[in-house]
Amino acid sequence: MLRIPCPHCGERDYTEFRYAGDASKVRPKHGTDDVKTWHDFVFLFDNPKGPHREYWQHVLGCRQWLVLERNTATNEVMGAVLARTREAS
Amino acid sequence: MSRAPSRLPAGGRIDRNQPVTFTLEGRQYSGYAGDTLASALLANGISLVARSFKYHRPRGFIAAGVEEPNGLFTLGTGGRTTPNVPGTTIELHAGLVAARQNGFPSIEFDLMAVNQWFAPVLGAGFYYKTFMGPRRGSWMFYEPFIRRAAGLGAGTYERDPDRYETAHAYTDVLVVGAGPAGLAAARAAGLAGARVLLVEQDFLAGGSLLSAPVDSGEAEWCAQVVAELARMPNVQVRLRTTAFGLYDGNTVGLVERRDALRPDPERGEAREVLTTARAGSIVLATGAYERPLVFGDNDRPGIVLAGAAETYANRYGVLLGRQAVVLTNNDRAWTSALALAAQGSAVTVVEQRQTVDASLLASAEAAKVAVMLGGRAKYALGGKHVEGVVVAAGSREVRLHCDLLCMSGGFAPVVHLSSHTGIKPLYRADIDAFVPGGHAATHASAGAANGTLDGWAAIIEGHDAGVRAVGGDAAAAVSSPALPAGPVHRYALQPVPVPELPPRGKAFIDFQGDVGLKDVHVAHQEGYVSVEHLKRYTTLGMGTDQGKTSNINAIGVMANLRSLSVPATGTTTFRPPFSPLTVGALAGRAVGHHFRPIRRSPLHDWHVANGATLIEAGPWLRAWFYSWAGSTAASAYIEEMKLVRCGVGIADVSSLGKIDVQGPDAAEFLNRVYVNGFAKLPVGKARYGVMLNDDATVLDDGTTARFGETRYFMTTTTAQAAEVMSHLEFLLQTAWPELNVAVTSLTDQWAGMSVAGPKAREALALALPGIDLADGTLPHMGVREVEFEGVPLRILRLSFSGELAYELYVPADYGIALWEHVLKAAEPLGIRPYGLEALASLRIEKGHAAGLELDHRTTLDDLGLGKMASREKAFVGRELRLRPELQAPERWSLVGIECLEDGARLRGGAILFAAGEPVKGHGRGYITSVTWSIELGKYIALGLYDGGLRHEGEEIVCAFPLKGEQVRARIVSPIFIDAKGERLHV
Repeated sequence: MLRIPCPHCGERDYTEFRYAGDASKVRPKHGTDDVKTWHDFVFLFDNPKGPHREYWQHVLGCRQWLVLERNTATNEVMGAVLARTREAS
Repeated sequence: MSRAPSRLPAGGRIDRNQPVTFTLEGRQYSGYAGDTLASALLANGISLVARSFKYHRPRGFIAAGVEEPNGLFTLGTGGRTTPNVPGTTIELHAGLVAARQNGFPSIEFDLMAVNQWFAPVLGAGFYYKTFMGPRRGSWMFYEPFIRRAAGLGAGTYERDPDRYETAHAYTDVLVVGAGPAGLAAARAAGLAGARVLLVEQDFLAGGSLLSAPVDSGEAEWCAQVVAELARMPNVQVRLRTTAFGLYDGNTVGLVERRDALRPDPERGEAREVLTTARAGSIVLATGAYERPLVFGDNDRPGIVLAGAAETYANRYGVLLGRQAVVLTNNDRAWTSALALAAQGSAVTVVEQRQTVDASLLASAEAAKVAVMLGGRAKYALGGKHVEGVVVAAGSREVRLHCDLLCMSGGFAPVVHLSSHTGIKPLYRADIDAFVPGGHAATHASAGAANGTLDGWAAIIEGHDAGVRAVGGDAAAAVSSPALPAGPVHRYALQPVPVPELPPRGKAFIDFQGDVGLKDVHVAHQEGYVSVEHLKRYTTLGMGTDQGKTSNINAIGVMANLRSLSVPATGTTTFRPPFSPLTVGALAGRAVGHHFRPIRRSPLHDWHVANGATLIEAGPWLRAWFYSWAGSTAASAYIEEMKLVRCGVGIADVSSLGKIDVQGPDAAEFLNRVYVNGFAKLPVGKARYGVMLNDDATVLDDGTTARFGETRYFMTTTTAQAAEVMSHLEFLLQTAWPELNVAVTSLTDQWAGMSVAGPKAREALALALPGIDLADGTLPHMGVREVEFEGVPLRILRLSFSGELAYELYVPADYGIALWEHVLKAAEPLGIRPYGLEALASLRIEKGHAAGLELDHRTTLDDLGLGKMASREKAFVGRELRLRPELQAPERWSLVGIECLEDGARLRGGAILFAAGEPVKGHGRGYITSVTWSIELGKYIALGLYDGGLRHEGEEIVCAFPLKGEQVRARIVSPIFIDAKGERLHV
């Protein structure tokens, strides 16, 4: 079972979280009116073998969205930060 | 076949002062505490314990542990029935009820045994090849008969009265297996001060040491270490506990089987406990299985693994035969031969090697064990029990008589758990076996599981693994255990040559799946080159034993046929569970109404007390209809609809999602998430809004009211409440962290109710005197916050039904008080409650899209709501909505459908076709929601149709193939009543 280090709640089972996909891409600025930009953001993903950043929300805990770094080949979890903190920096 | 009882007069780890009575197929037998069902049956002379899967050949136990492929039993009766349990793992206890499997009418006399004579045609892929014709669907016809003839035990449909628990465990070091390596590892880690959890599937700790005589040095060593562990408060030993899977994050699944402890569910005692264990580090000391040999008729009862015969003799005091032949390629089996000789058997060792260590020959001679070097079995003799074996030695063929034939092709490490991590096992030529292919940093294998089979190296390796699992100086300083006294067993072998098709009899590789050497040859000839394909085509290794005794032999044969090396051929994938789990253990306490959480409205108790029939709607239990309106939903909802259309009714809408949105940027935030404008929504007003996903499909619709400059109250559909909440949090935390907005779910904190109907205003005026409800003061989409019994009461004038309506929200604890108050005050108007069925039907008449239409595939335009999209601002999904494919005119979009046939009805899910075209294929759309319209006096529906309302007025056919129905209908506007909304503005 994947264990996720929540910056608020400590290490928890992944069953307390929901997964929301790739966090390595930057969302287009609100109001960007180019269809292609949005298309690429919403539909085109890499499928890397190795380290990967992804969104997880601690729905059964603090409800914070995290950016988790996970190795897709080994399922090793390298760490997690609050998405809010990361986006702000 | 019953044979002479074979219990030895003394010895073994059974308690002869504690006889245990058990039942096999209605007959009582006796064994001792410390027996397994297998050892007790063998002691009673019962060696024929199963009929094989396909051919119904007689079978006996070949093993003494969890790897047993043949001797499967159905345990218990009624709801407690558990099929397919190896008798070798069943701890004998008073009251045990067991039955053998797969024999009709009985195991002793099995009619299906005629299959043996058809064996030549029942080979690999037989069923697939034979029962596929003559037409499609043939397999469907044959399958039940085949399944009945070939098969394992049957489960039960009865409710299981036993209790199953789930638990969690945390430990520094988890050691799997309490054999020599595991005991040494647990001891080392325990002495180093770590929290240690040692799990063992057997009911005794000791592993292979338990097969040594009770007065041996091994037995003494085992007892000492077990006692030492018991003295350490930081070490926990769990017996009867199988580690069935090794998962990510150092998580190990454990199941404790407590049948033998006779748990009483009435006293809350669990039959099985499933534990999710999380460990800092893990030592796998899971041992090794002995490898069977492949020769003709190698499946006759009385042919067993050499180590198993030794275990039955030394541990259980059961001698399996007076005249034994031991077939081997390795030193270890000589120990087994000596053990049998020590108990009085006349033993012949048939050794494949031409030369062996002189000490082996000397000890054999001392024990009067006959030896034949350079000999290999060709085929066995006998039917329901082995009677002999034909052995080839050089050019000679020798016929040896025996009543026990032991076989040993070496040992195969149990690499299951280490392979669960995805690391493929590696072949080691020196022991002709697969060993773990590597380990994560916090994992280690030790002992036989690691291929360490020589002497006491397993103990030393276990100790070292325990030390490393803890790490640090303190651990390094822990002293090694003394080694057992007595002779040291060396391990050397010569790999088994690839078996040849025997001149006589069937040579089995997978006993449980009835897969023979010939089947592997056939699969190869037919082009199955990968072991994974071979496995699936022949069913090799696919039984409940998952090929524990067969995989290695199959790989050897396959490698040879393909002229590849064994490592190049590789193994199949090992997946959890290591041994079968019961569904009961997996379900734990999550059965019956604990299966999933049930959400109840704050008004739930009132509904139950006042004649509501309830219905599950997602996780919610909601009032479906009320007894005042009728006794069935079909009649009641129509009365309830009439009430709302003509008078006034009240409905519970507490399950709607309710989200508090606050902050200086709340207006901007809402403006971004809804397609329509919210920036200019004035305080005191509500607005209907639609949210899109990033890909422009509709996420949800609902109403948001503004109660203050920075304070909003959002409602969502019941179904999408959690989804919308997460969506808002996602946007605020990841996309727009600069917005100063907080969102909080209030779904459980507020009760909601809708007062609807032409008399709704009158009803509220009676219930809330002194509040100005005039259309001018509280118009359609107006909101107001007042007080009720000292708590806030939010009044939102909005309508789902299409009638004049008000939604009232109060804190949950005041829900019933307000509900009863409104009902009482408005009684003179004839107010009554109405349920979910009427609520949903009223909205269909009004053409409101709801959950069935908002299926995450429909777009704003599909639902006819394209005009809502603002042109003056950006919103989530704006750009992708404009993709040409989503704007294409032939998209399936929302239409109304009215039934054109009297006496016929429309059905949800019906497939739509244009009138006159053939009713075939996927059609042009489907019906999403149906109701009887009281206003129109006919069935009406909402649906999605190719091209949508461009076909308004056209006739269609609604096909419902499941009932063979085709009903004529017409495409109309989805708004069936009050298209101009005059009823809302009164």
